[in-house]
Amino acid sequence: MSTAVAQTWYMTQRQLMVFVRQPAYAVITLIQPVIWLFLFGSLFKKVVELGGFGTTSYLDYLVPGVVVMSALSSNMWAGMGTLDEIQRGTLDRFLTTPVSRAALMNGNVVNNGLVTAFQSVVIVLLGLLGGADYPGGVVGIAVLVVASVLLGTVFGALSNALGMLVRERESIIGINTFLLLPLTFLSSAFMAPSQMPGWMRHVADFNPLDWAMVAGRSAMSGRPDWGDVLIRGGGLLTLAVAAVWLSIRTFRSYQRSV
Amino acid sequence: MSTSSGATRAPAVEARQLIKTYGDVTALGGMDLTVEPGTVFGLLGPNGAGKSTTVKILTTLARPDSGSATVAGHDVLRHPDRVRRAIGVVAQNSGADPVATGRENLRLQGRLHGLSRAGLGRRVAELLDRFHLADAADRTVKGYSGGMRRRLDVALGLVHRPEVLFLDEPTTGLDPETRAAMWDEIGRLAGEDGLTVLLTTHYLEEADRLAERIAIVDRGRVVVAGTPDSLKGELRGDAVHVELRQAIGEAGRTLLNGALGGLPGVHEVLVDGRRVSVRADEGAAAMPALLAALDRAGVGVATATVARPSLDDVYLRYAGRRYADAEADSAGDLVLAGTGGAR
Repeated sequence: MSTAVAQTWYMTQRQLMVFVRQPAYAVITLIQPVIWLFLFGSLFKKVVELGGFGTTSYLDYLVPGVVVMSALSSNMWAGMGTLDEIQRGTLDRFLTTPVSRAALMNGNVVNNGLVTAFQSVVIVLLGLLGGADYPGGVVGIAVLVVASVLLGTVFGALSNALGMLVRERESIIGINTFLLLPLTFLSSAFMAPSQMPGWMRHVADFNPLDWAMVAGRSAMSGRPDWGDVLIRGGGLLTLAVAAVWLSIRTFRSYQRSV
Repeated sequence: MSTSSGATRAPAVEARQLIKTYGDVTALGGMDLTVEPGTVFGLLGPNGAGKSTTVKILTTLARPDSGSATVAGHDVLRHPDRVRRAIGVVAQNSGADPVATGRENLRLQGRLHGLSRAGLGRRVAELLDRFHLADAADRTVKGYSGGMRRRLDVALGLVHRPEVLFLDEPTTGLDPETRAAMWDEIGRLAGEDGLTVLLTTHYLEEADRLAERIAIVDRGRVVVAGTPDSLKGELRGDAVHVELRQAIGEAGRTLLNGALGGLPGVHEVLVDGRRVSVRADEGAAAMPALLAALDRAGVGVATATVARPSLDDVYLRYAGRRYADAEADSAGDLVLAGTGGAR
């Protein structure tokens, strides 16, 4: 057990080094959320007047939406990194050492989780700078960060599995561009559920992106509904565990194809 | 007086009837292989012959469709973990982390093999020294030259002092100077206590120079195995190549065939335009009579050389085609296979 934990830490360290040594990359991934935050924040400012947002400032409502959306959009590219590692021969090098397969995959998961948490906190702080108000305090923000990390884990692990299975950049690009916008707009990212068309609201109920937003917003509000938070959070945790398990299993089919 | 320890030592690598197909493509069609411990063994063959697939199976990366193999006494299918502890692998792309330094790459590799903290630092420093990477140890690998990367790759494979080291095409893509340096390194490995090296290559010269025993692989199976000298020795005698001043016609060819073929110790006369190739028991001894015969036939000689039989000649004999032709064929296959990658 302790070796598996140590190995996971070695693999995480290795990945974090990329993040630390290429800080430009981390900054670039933050540009898009900033644009969402201030562009949409200004454009749809008046939309709160329709009611149902639970706040009088649209920015308050928007921040959790943008945090979750950027957790999705940064993690769904994880498979590209795995493809790089396959092509460079790094994955094969690790697979011929006694390192546990779970540690190999979990290194990715922990690294992506830490990066997602960092990005989420930065976006929350940028929102604060822009005048957003978080009545739920630090606890509420922590719930939002955990929810976005779990959501990132789901899509990061699936993306890794996809990378190992199809081993083509084009497939990852295709699936991601296909998924990103529908998943975002079929959620409460930008619009209060009560203002959405009925069918969209029902679809959103099954969208894990929406679970993370609902859990985060509820926890960050003045009167959190912890039951709501737990149900959505539990759903995300279940999905995350399933996705990671699936991605570890994918090593076997990778082995059949090399 | 007599000791049986040499005879009873188990093979370092043993493969029996390995078969592996990718879709319609048969990569291995019954590969048999035995590598004695403590030797350098060369798997020689053109691209696409099945060398890399064999290495992938022996290093637990791929699973064969059927057949069995043991490495360092462990079954690759039943105990892959034990195999992984006993082997070092230097693949064609070993994928050192480009954003990490050479030292960090080596340290990580050692940790994955469970080396202790104190032992690891010493071992890493030792390898950096030995592979002339000490000066670049703390620079990121991104800035390494091709030769430096390759040396780091080999060092990565040796961190945990493996029993069997796999070198998959160690010098492909290197310039001649770097290749020569790499050959020296590999030559030194052979002397290391008990290390067995399994080397794949598509360079005849490389196998000839580095390997104590070689197996020639063609179309997914071993066509012949032995020491380079014994394989060459089975081809009778030396090759004598004579280049004529002028190409000769059909009539002259028949004449020369008769004149040269009758000489003592001379076999297999081949006349092709300006080139005359002859196989002789003793190349140097046959030369005077050969030149005299050509002189009598009134044919001017530009150059004459004697060569020991090359592995190319061996390849021709056992695989039934010239090595260069096999390479060209496989290049065609690879184009047809498209994105299928190296096999």
